Amino acid sequence: MVTLLIVVTAVFLLMRLLPIEGYFGDGYDKLSPSQREAVLDKMGLLDPWYTQIKDFYLRLARGDLGTSTIYRKDVAVADIIVPRIPYSLGFGLCATAISLFGGLAMGVHMARHKGKAWDQVWTGYVVIVNAVPLAVYLLFIQLYGSSALRLPILFDKYRPESWILPALSMSLGGIAGYAMWMRRYMVDELNKDYIKLARAKGLPSRTIMVRHVMRNAYVPMAQYLPASILMTIGGSIYIESLYSIPGMGGLLVDVIQRQDNPMVQALVLIFSSVGIIGLFLGDLLMALFDPRIKLVKSEGDR
Amino acid sequence: MEAKDTADPSLFEFAEFDEKAGERIGYSNYSYWRSTLRVFLKRRTAVLFLALLAVLLVFTFVQPLLPGQRSPTKINIDPLTGMQFRNMVPSAQFWFGTNSIGQDLWSRIWSGTRTSLLIGLIVGFVEMLVGIAYGALWGYVRRLDRVLTEFFNVLNNIPTTIVLMLLAYIMRPSFKTMVFAMCATGWLGLARFVRNQIVIIRDREYNLASRCLGTPSRRIIVKNLLPYLVSVIMLQTALSIPGTIGWEVFLTYIGLGLPVNIPSLGNLVNEGRIIMMSPELRYQLIFPTIVLSIVTISFYVLGNAFSDASDPRNHV
Repeated sequence: MVTLLIVVTAVFLLMRLLPIEGYFGDGYDKLSPSQREAVLDKMGLLDPWYTQIKDFYLRLARGDLGTSTIYRKDVAVADIIVPRIPYSLGFGLCATAISLFGGLAMGVHMARHKGKAWDQVWTGYVVIVNAVPLAVYLLFIQLYGSSALRLPILFDKYRPESWILPALSMSLGGIAGYAMWMRRYMVDELNKDYIKLARAKGLPSRTIMVRHVMRNAYVPMAQYLPASILMTIGGSIYIESLYSIPGMGGLLVDVIQRQDNPMVQALVLIFSSVGIIGLFLGDLLMALFDPRIKLVKSEGDR
Repeated sequence: MEAKDTADPSLFEFAEFDEKAGERIGYSNYSYWRSTLRVFLKRRTAVLFLALLAVLLVFTFVQPLLPGQRSPTKINIDPLTGMQFRNMVPSAQFWFGTNSIGQDLWSRIWSGTRTSLLIGLIVGFVEMLVGIAYGALWGYVRRLDRVLTEFFNVLNNIPTTIVLMLLAYIMRPSFKTMVFAMCATGWLGLARFVRNQIVIIRDREYNLASRCLGTPSRRIIVKNLLPYLVSVIMLQTALSIPGTIGWEVFLTYIGLGLPVNIPSLGNLVNEGRIIMMSPELRYQLIFPTIVLSIVTISFYVLGNAFSDASDPRNHV
């Protein structure tokens, strides 16, 4: 929580450096310097920085994120964002679920065919996803995926099949991450003594997988989860804008292009908070799965 | 009982003491870099990508010196009609075609690759310096541990995308902005890795011995600790180049990339994206992406192969 506070404050201070044109809407050129001063003063932007932070937190406590200046003039930022949250959340959860299951399945498959053709194929996939820029391969998926599978090229909330491509695209990076991790974990783990014992006493390999290997894999996996949430944030900003999904990521790109500072500020703060909360949840999950890990310091700890 | 010498003395003779043979046993001809090279050359794909990348890199920098090349920013005009060569498909005259205002795509791509590689190399170098310095201090100097950990956490907890976008938005699009923004976020991974490794090896006996002998920290870090980390540092630096190119494309898409008059891979992909809806013009998107993918995939594969090869555990 302290980290969250520090990060929000740091981001807020960085925001003070935003180009000031973004506070005026369309009328920047028409205003005289003194009028500009007056506008900035009214918004409290000329106060010393500690006053600004105090005001900011007071307003935040009341749930007030400021008002938009260009995107939708004089509408509260919260009113613009709230109807968009379900889309971002829905896609984020979908993508995380797909990448979790797809990645684990792929990792197990790779480990079972280690060094054979399938292993190489999936390794190729991982290399491409990691090496080719996100912005490039997603573009090609949109371009050729939509025509090859006859799916709509843009998102349309009344057509459920238009969810498929964006959700898949969002999970590609996560799949690669989980698969690589799972493969390495399985290969290391299968040589350990307890697995050899399980095999020696005649357990079928499926049972070994499910009861022994997978169960031990949950803990480090939980650690990886927050990172994958962070990755989904990065992907969602690009993908939502690409498929014109009315979510928050696409909105961020939009307001940056139109230079609407209060909107940029609110969205950046939201995204960084989501990231930190994700990391925090990851720690919590890890402690939940593994009783040996304690988050609270106990007597005799180092 | 009396020991009786039954052996025939003519079967035995005194051996000469050979000083050279004595030296040979106490000396192994293991050479770190030679073994690294040997393991690296065993990987066929890696060698292939190395050759590909070398050819591409040399060509990128030689291309403007070749005869008959057009300037990447010159708008070509048809001498017969006085019109610009708009959206010409690839032909003998324009190998990769021209873009919507008549600029030669072939020379634009190579010029763009130069720009992007330059950004990648500068950023990679700065990341290496900052990452090593931060990581070494963080891991070795105990008094700084708390402060540096806090600072790292704050930076690391904000999604990279957000930091990059914010910096690029604040500082206005330019070459310097781009380099600065990427340097500001890229060193984090390397710093953490260097730190963790140093924490692991800093208290081993040989370092303890060094410290007892009064070796200054600086020398311990540079001579005792960092040579262990060559492979990691190489890997991270090689991987940062495709990463940087990727971010450049991303930032350009958002509208925070380089100014449009500088050809870069990001700008080219973005120009291609705008017109991708008409299939006959898709070559403007496809050619830059092919070059871009070759560069990034080569760096990625090479980085990984080299880091495997430079790990002494793989040398046996």
